[in-house]
Amino acid sequence: MGMTQIKEQVDVCVVGAGHAGCEAALACARMGLETVIFTVNVDSIALMPCNPNIGGSSKGHLVREVDALGGEMGKIIDRTFIQSKMLNVSKGPAVHSLRAQADKAEYSRAMRKVLENQEHLTIKQAEVCELLTEDMEDDMEAGKPDGKKHRKKITGVKTFTGAVYECKAVVLCTGTYLKARCLCGEAITHTGPNGLQAANHLTDSLISLGIEMRRFKTGTPARMDKRSLDFSKMEEQFGDERVVPFSFSTNPEDVQIDQVSCWLTYTNGKTHEIIRGNLDRSPIYAGVIEGTGPRYCPSIEDKVVKFADKERHQVFIEPEGLHTNEMYVGGMSSSLPEDVQLAMYRTVPGLEHCKIVRNAYAIEYDCINPKQLYPTLEFKEIKGLFSGGQFNGSSGYEEAAAQGLVGGINAALSILGKKQMTIDRSEAYIGVLIDDLVTKDNFEPYRMMTSRAEYRLLLRQDNADLRLREKGYFAGLVPEELYRETLKKKAMIEEEVVRLKNLSVGASKPVQDFLLSKGSTALKTGTSMAELMCRPELSYEILAELDTDRKPLPKDVIEQVEIEIKYEGYIVRQLRQVHQFKKMEKKKIPHDLDYRDVKSLRLEARQKLMDYKPVSVGQASRISGVSPADISVLLVYLEQYQRNE
Amino acid sequence: MQPTIAAISTPMSEAGIGIVRVSGDDAVNIVNEIFRSKSGRKILSTFASHTIHYGFIVKPEAGGDEVIDEVMVSLMRAPRSYTAEDTVEINCHGGILVVGEVLETVLQNGARLAQPGEFTKRAFLNGRIDLSKAEAVMDIIQSKNRLALKSSMGQLRGSVSDLVKRLREGILYEIAFIESALDDPEHISLDGYMERLSEKTEEIIVELKKLLDSSENGKILKEGVHTVIVGKPNAGKSSLLNLLVGEEKAIVTDVAGTTRDVLEEHIRLNGISLHVIDTAGIRFTEDAVEKIGVEKAKKYALDADLIIYMVDSSVPLNENDDDIMKMIQGKKTIFLLNKTDLDMVVTEEILKQKNKNEGLEIIRISAKENTGIYLLEEKIKEMFFHGEISFQEDVVITNMRHKEAIRDAYESMLQVRTSLENHMPEDFYSIDLMSAYASLGTIIGEEVGEDLVNEIFSKFCMGK
Repeated sequence: MGMTQIKEQVDVCVVGAGHAGCEAALACARMGLETVIFTVNVDSIALMPCNPNIGGSSKGHLVREVDALGGEMGKIIDRTFIQSKMLNVSKGPAVHSLRAQADKAEYSRAMRKVLENQEHLTIKQAEVCELLTEDMEDDMEAGKPDGKKHRKKITGVKTFTGAVYECKAVVLCTGTYLKARCLCGEAITHTGPNGLQAANHLTDSLISLGIEMRRFKTGTPARMDKRSLDFSKMEEQFGDERVVPFSFSTNPEDVQIDQVSCWLTYTNGKTHEIIRGNLDRSPIYAGVIEGTGPRYCPSIEDKVVKFADKERHQVFIEPEGLHTNEMYVGGMSSSLPEDVQLAMYRTVPGLEHCKIVRNAYAIEYDCINPKQLYPTLEFKEIKGLFSGGQFNGSSGYEEAAAQGLVGGINAALSILGKKQMTIDRSEAYIGVLIDDLVTKDNFEPYRMMTSRAEYRLLLRQDNADLRLREKGYFAGLVPEELYRETLKKKAMIEEEVVRLKNLSVGASKPVQDFLLSKGSTALKTGTSMAELMCRPELSYEILAELDTDRKPLPKDVIEQVEIEIKYEGYIVRQLRQVHQFKKMEKKKIPHDLDYRDVKSLRLEARQKLMDYKPVSVGQASRISGVSPADISVLLVYLEQYQRNE
Repeated sequence: MQPTIAAISTPMSEAGIGIVRVSGDDAVNIVNEIFRSKSGRKILSTFASHTIHYGFIVKPEAGGDEVIDEVMVSLMRAPRSYTAEDTVEINCHGGILVVGEVLETVLQNGARLAQPGEFTKRAFLNGRIDLSKAEAVMDIIQSKNRLALKSSMGQLRGSVSDLVKRLREGILYEIAFIESALDDPEHISLDGYMERLSEKTEEIIVELKKLLDSSENGKILKEGVHTVIVGKPNAGKSSLLNLLVGEEKAIVTDVAGTTRDVLEEHIRLNGISLHVIDTAGIRFTEDAVEKIGVEKAKKYALDADLIIYMVDSSVPLNENDDDIMKMIQGKKTIFLLNKTDLDMVVTEEILKQKNKNEGLEIIRISAKENTGIYLLEEKIKEMFFHGEISFQEDVVITNMRHKEAIRDAYESMLQVRTSLENHMPEDFYSIDLMSAYASLGTIIGEEVGEDLVNEIFSKFCMGK
């Protein structure tokens, strides 16, 4: 063509500036690498196109973990929340979870500002259409044992205008933009969320690289004009009196702000009647939608059909920000046509005269089957290509941020020639999230749930710093001084636990009187202070009177000491399970292992193993269709393999 | 540290001795707990490697007074043993049931039941077996596993597996309810749930205890040569079973098709344990009930270690006999020519011709006159000691496995009870409920996988 195209050299290209892309780009830039973050629209950086919340059950854990590793999400929400609650406080410490209402516009603006001011980071508004790769030299001769194409490596990206950015790593965080299609009843537009431009070219490039794509869908409810709603017919929902920040670095005093309320109302028989009467006009029930939707975030149509005997469903009316009248209608996402939506919403108490600002819609998009990724989030077949977020088949801002951070850190580590970071299931919800994605068959957008974490007593939101700061530090993202603080905190906790266990309490008269006065029972024989703390009716604070030699300790240290002592029996049991688990995780499987050589594997197991290429025996054991006997066989084979080496 | 494992490492037989092998770091300590020398002291841990000692296996919880068996115990310290780990072998003398009891005592004192092929696997992984044998090791693991799985499934017909499934469903529902409330506290509340869970927990504990007790009584524990009697209707199968058992269990009439289901008996013949199944007569039938019986008979025959084929020698062979002969091809079979008190129409020659086989085992009997039965008994004994048929040793193992799994589930449920009594927060219950669910799953060969997440979404309305 003779035209001169722009050609630039950088270290990392991050494609997409949603919650995954922002974390990925910040991590790379903070680790000192020249980074470009691409977005189809700069105004949509860190957009929250669905609910106005950050956190929630198990998602709150993810935000804390992102923060402990050196991510940004927790800090931004601490600056931009307008209401905050700790969920499940009546339950055990492992399931306490923070959830905040965000001022969406402020959140987006605050994150954009951080990006704009980050050294080594450039923001570029452009659609990335093609990934540039070359075959890897070391693999050229040998070829791939399974007959597939040679392993490739990333060399750059090309934008719609033809500009080429040469780079050493790419992190794909395309969210719901790839070949996006929005559906509102019969009205279908080929746009991304919020009517933004879709990215229609990259999918073809990915397919030509041999990447397996799939199509998922999700949906969002309507937004309404606050002035048209009658809140007197709803129940007011307040935030917590004392707010706990997400970030371990936020000063707790800074988050004690004036909060706004949310509102609760309910659907009723009339609502359900209208929905049932118009199911034929729903693109999902009429079969127009091909993508797979999430079960945990069902549309109101789904709820009414699946749980037909339920007389009413909860509807949460939540503000989208301080400087807008838009209200989010939680619990009533839908892809019914506009006229049905209006009729259905208007049956709900308080919404009788509602005016819809934005219609509810369903969105379909391209994403990948994440079994193609290592637990580092690098593609097994393309060196230097990483990915995170909804592109990997997950859903949710927090899930996205967590993966973006891990993908970003590892992209940077790979360029720096360092060992990449993996987080396993016993270390963090992030580990569970990634392991589930890359190991298990997922047929719907994946959402984090507390029930997915088998070692959750250890993976609490209150100890995310103790679990992960070190990892973030060794990756080069957490500053030395923060890391030292965490070490100090750890030492204080250990010291105090030991002191309380060794501190004996005699069955003397004053002790007995004290116990009885606190509604506890008298001692039969002498015991330790720690034993006393295990009684449900007693706490560290209450026992202060008996424990006069106590040093003053920070609140967060006391919290850890108390949890460790009160739940010791359960925690010790989980630690034992973790010990077993780790043994299998440590047994690595070489990438080039040819499972066809392992004669005694059952056919199904062999196919699954060839398909997933697990990195460890532990991961192999979690693949469905691989039995314990297959694992035994694999162990024997690996031993033989190593002896041969 | 590897967990210490144990299993019965000899073929199970009434006649000989049985060996319980214990391997792992704790092997010596565990056996030391349950071994008493003649003088009554437990001193095993002080003995040198490669020595053998006379004494008793006792129940330590009974203060060491209750003797289970008189034994010889050999001690092999690491690395000079088959697995290259500390290994103790207990040579028992008291027959199958006693060997089983010794194994159980070992398991109760800290060992876990070895997986199929695990001793060999350890021997290899610990460098004791050389490289050339690796493939053989893998084959052993898979084939033992297949066998264990087959016999495990084979034993779990009907009521037990139904009960296990029902208990699992109940447990899963409770976990899903708790978890959905934890995941979506604004939609699903656990108010007043403690009482319901308390009731449920007690119900499940009672059921598991019953199951556990019944396995003590040997209702689940069935061992022996799986022997199946087949034949066309009215060939005299039930009469034979009655003769072997010595009591009228099967209904004997001269109306063809009387035994419509199957009858099972556990008998001992010359010290050999037989698990005998009397099947319905195999014939083409329109009767729905009888049809089920015939199908069952065919299924049992497929799983059998030994088939006794009853031929009515007083009437000519017909298409039903052809069917049966086709079905039992390749199976270890004894042909019985019954009703030799009447005029014989079917002879040895005819059977041999039909089966194109010179080496058929054919015996003439009359169940009615009680003649020739001793010949059958002698034949079974001969086949057994020549190794032509054997006990499925894995049958016992899998039974033990079931029992261990039920015990694990039971203990997890007791833990749930403790958590309830201590007013622990709700999220603690589901941890032990999940363990109980997983343990019960191993009995029917089902893994946990995505069960919980699926249950949550199908039973509870979640989400924004």
